[in-house]
Amino acid sequence: MNSAIRWMQKTAAAATIAAFGVSGALAADAKPSGEPIKVGILHSLSGTMAISETTLKDAMLMLIDEQNKKGGLLGRPLEPVVVDPASDWPLFAEKARELISQDKVAVVFGCWTSVSRKSVLPVFKELDSILFYPVQYEGEESERNVFYTGAAPNQQAIPAVDYLMGEGVKRWVLEGTDYVYPRTTNKILEQYLKDKGVPAEDIIVNYTPFGFSDWQTEVSKIKEFGSTGKKTAVVSTINGDANVPFYKELANQGIKATDIPVVAFSVGEEELAGIDTGPLVGHLAAWNYFESVDTPENQDFIKKWHAFIGNDKRVTNDPMEAHYIGFNMWVKAVEKAGTTDPDAVIAALPGTEQANLTGGTSKMLPNHHITKPVLIGEINEDGQFDVVSETDDLVPGDAWSDFLPESKKLEADWVDLKCGNYDTEAKKCLGDTMKSN
Amino acid sequence: MNRLIPWLLLCLGALLSAAPGAAFGQTPEADPAAIVQKFGGKQSFDATEAVVSELAATGDERVARALRALRDGDLYWRKSDEKVFVATRKGDDYEIFDPLSGDSAGTVAKGDLEKVRVKNSIRNAVTGALGTLTLRADNPAQRMRAADTLFSEGDPEMVAPLDAAIAAETDPAVKTRMQEARASAVLVSDRPAEEKAAAAKVLAARGDRESLNKLTAFAAATGDAAAKKAAESAIAAIESNIAFWNQAQNVWYGLSLGSVLLLAAIGLAITFGVMGVINMAHGEMVMLGAYTTFVVQEVIRANAPGLFEFSLAIALPLAFLVSGAVGLVMERFLIRFLYGRPLETLLATFGVSLILQQAVRTIFGPSNRQVGNPDFMSGAFDVGLMSVTWNRLWIIVFALVVFAALLLVLNRTPLGLQMRAVTQNRRMAAAMGIRTPWVDALTFALGSGIAGIAGVALSQIDNVSPNLGQGYIIDSFMVVVFGGVGNLWGTLVGAMTLGIVNKFLEPFAGAVLGKIVVLVLIILFIQKRPRGLFAQKGRFVDA
Repeated sequence: MNSAIRWMQKTAAAATIAAFGVSGALAADAKPSGEPIKVGILHSLSGTMAISETTLKDAMLMLIDEQNKKGGLLGRPLEPVVVDPASDWPLFAEKARELISQDKVAVVFGCWTSVSRKSVLPVFKELDSILFYPVQYEGEESERNVFYTGAAPNQQAIPAVDYLMGEGVKRWVLEGTDYVYPRTTNKILEQYLKDKGVPAEDIIVNYTPFGFSDWQTEVSKIKEFGSTGKKTAVVSTINGDANVPFYKELANQGIKATDIPVVAFSVGEEELAGIDTGPLVGHLAAWNYFESVDTPENQDFIKKWHAFIGNDKRVTNDPMEAHYIGFNMWVKAVEKAGTTDPDAVIAALPGTEQANLTGGTSKMLPNHHITKPVLIGEINEDGQFDVVSETDDLVPGDAWSDFLPESKKLEADWVDLKCGNYDTEAKKCLGDTMKSN
Repeated sequence: MNRLIPWLLLCLGALLSAAPGAAFGQTPEADPAAIVQKFGGKQSFDATEAVVSELAATGDERVARALRALRDGDLYWRKSDEKVFVATRKGDDYEIFDPLSGDSAGTVAKGDLEKVRVKNSIRNAVTGALGTLTLRADNPAQRMRAADTLFSEGDPEMVAPLDAAIAAETDPAVKTRMQEARASAVLVSDRPAEEKAAAAKVLAARGDRESLNKLTAFAAATGDAAAKKAAESAIAAIESNIAFWNQAQNVWYGLSLGSVLLLAAIGLAITFGVMGVINMAHGEMVMLGAYTTFVVQEVIRANAPGLFEFSLAIALPLAFLVSGAVGLVMERFLIRFLYGRPLETLLATFGVSLILQQAVRTIFGPSNRQVGNPDFMSGAFDVGLMSVTWNRLWIIVFALVVFAALLLVLNRTPLGLQMRAVTQNRRMAAAMGIRTPWVDALTFALGSGIAGIAGVALSQIDNVSPNLGQGYIIDSFMVVVFGGVGNLWGTLVGAMTLGIVNKFLEPFAGAVLGKIVVLVLIILFIQKRPRGLFAQKGRFVDA
């Protein structure tokens, strides 16, 4: 119980920092002065998505706090404005509108699920503001007002499948939760595998509802599919809470990672914190960041995070790094533009470079995605990942997948073409006439 | 680069010293102690895998210890001199052992050691190597595992060593597995056709999916008509065997899902079924029970780790009390003002459910909490071709026990009598001197407490997060309405029926469509029988 009380105290402390961000900043050495620049944080603090998004809100508060200690931005202090869209998609749009028109924030960092991003898109377009979106997603989108700092499918899913192919996997189970991200990703992966010569009978695709907890039939189906003697792997786009019972059932039915490895795109350090990882050792995840990566930048980031949150056990994860990169890129772009005016900053952002935490330098591309390294990690006993494979170079994010016939010909370029969905065959910008999924 | 040079020299030295032996194939003189040291220093995965096969090639049984440690992630090298040790955690430090003899070599600080990195392909290589090495081990479980590995591999080279091992084997279960492994090897060897036909029979007797695959491959490849026929009849036998066990497995999964539904719904059968309160916060009572289990386990971990196996037994009464108390407070301060106004009750209890969720989120944090499984709840055992997991088995037993206990309370205790009296005819019960408000409160507390107990069981198979309850609330109402409001037996039959129907649909329709089909079926059923499976009859039905 002690830890719970300490936790409450910390939360109170964090809230105080949020509320008195300005005065806190004024007390720092550099003493930025003048009208504060407001930064909107749009992450669910209640409801089903609070499990993932609360951490990102804390990470943003820490980054803003750091920046203020360094002297603010353009000599002015930064002031976080935290709102709670409560995992309610229409509320996301309302809260975004409130942030932009009422609080007059210069930029918003937020959203997790694709549906929440789609819900705020029209608001950001209409009021012409900037959104930084930190989570891996299904791609097939590039908007002028949005900067995607999470992975596109070619920066996560495809390198993971390549790795498993190198390990001799011949049969594939694509297991996902039934919504847009798994469905689009699996569509891309299925096409990719077929292009690589995997016969259709060696692929099964299966979907389960949100929060699914009775995995007995699915797991025994996987076991059956994997007993043909050909090496089998599961590519999991299972989301959120459904993961814990899935892994528990795998362990209970005696499926080990050495027999049928599972590579997951939504399971990170934060999710593993709720599971006994003993039986999961050897299962894989593909991300662009792992807490276990041993670089000075990462050690420094983890140290600051522990100090800020007041708990040495709190883990760091991939979307936090995405916010770290995105926030610093925004700071650089504002400094370059000399103003927080959205149009100037949007123009200044492409080309901005920022060292990431795994030892490379990420760059904002004209399609508003960034370059990232792809790491494949195996789960170890401590709930962390041991990196077993890493791309040689940073992979540029591809907004429109090359493996889907309808998006192959599309190009996103906001610098020269000023278009998020340029049709390279028809040689014209489709603009809003194209219905995005 | 500098660090590499001594290693290159050492490897070269090892090669040179091994060279005379190598000319004659096996190298019994190769020193495993020197080879095992090659794990030291930062190595690529390929280099580590090469060392594994080199170790396996020595044929020395002592290397099994080092290989097992490598597979389990217990093999380390010391940073100061790159010497390789097996290490186990001892407080904050590590105790280190010689990788071959297992002799202790003192303790070192954690920071002085570096783990030998492994990945799945290396673990597989180790398992393969151990298979040949441990076929004659002292421990029967190890020999069993070795036989299983060899069965999967089906390596024709292994027929002779397996023959020797079978002759020496004393344990009948292990002997059977070894004979199966031998049969799998014979099928792919160039032995005579009669022997292969006999091997096909051995695999047919084993009768699992893996045997089926081996036989199918054999039947397609063999040129001998008699052997092919033997294989084909074996395939037919196995296929019907598998079909039977698939059905058995569906029934079992259905019962297991049904027991989970029963647990979640049984408390609601009291509050909604007997009292008629539409309690949207029912799921949160389940969640509170699960969090009680979490707190109990945390306290036990901190103060008395020895009691961990009993953590669930300790959590049960506490969860009942916690959820029951919350239920009591809810009834006294909210629900009793809303009797007879179902819409307001629905909204008010929905509000309570949000409040409880957010309260738990504030106190314990939004992320999942880890609730451990005691040993008796972990693992699985095989019945025929079906694997039965212990946690599911215990939950079925537990659900039935809770059901029986509740039935006993309702039918055999004064409280149960008063409950039935009040719900059947409130005014007459009051006239008989029953304090109806208190009976209402206690009934509601009982239903909530049972939900808390369900939470203890569900913490074993689901996430313990603030959202735990939401996943069960719809299903619970579905079960109670389908089974017949106000009838406990209806809840039991309803839960089991829904579970089994769901599990028979899932393999064909998929999980998403399966759930939709079940919902549609229930709607159709309710059209036909609005009062559910076991309708209450009599004058008081609409009272």
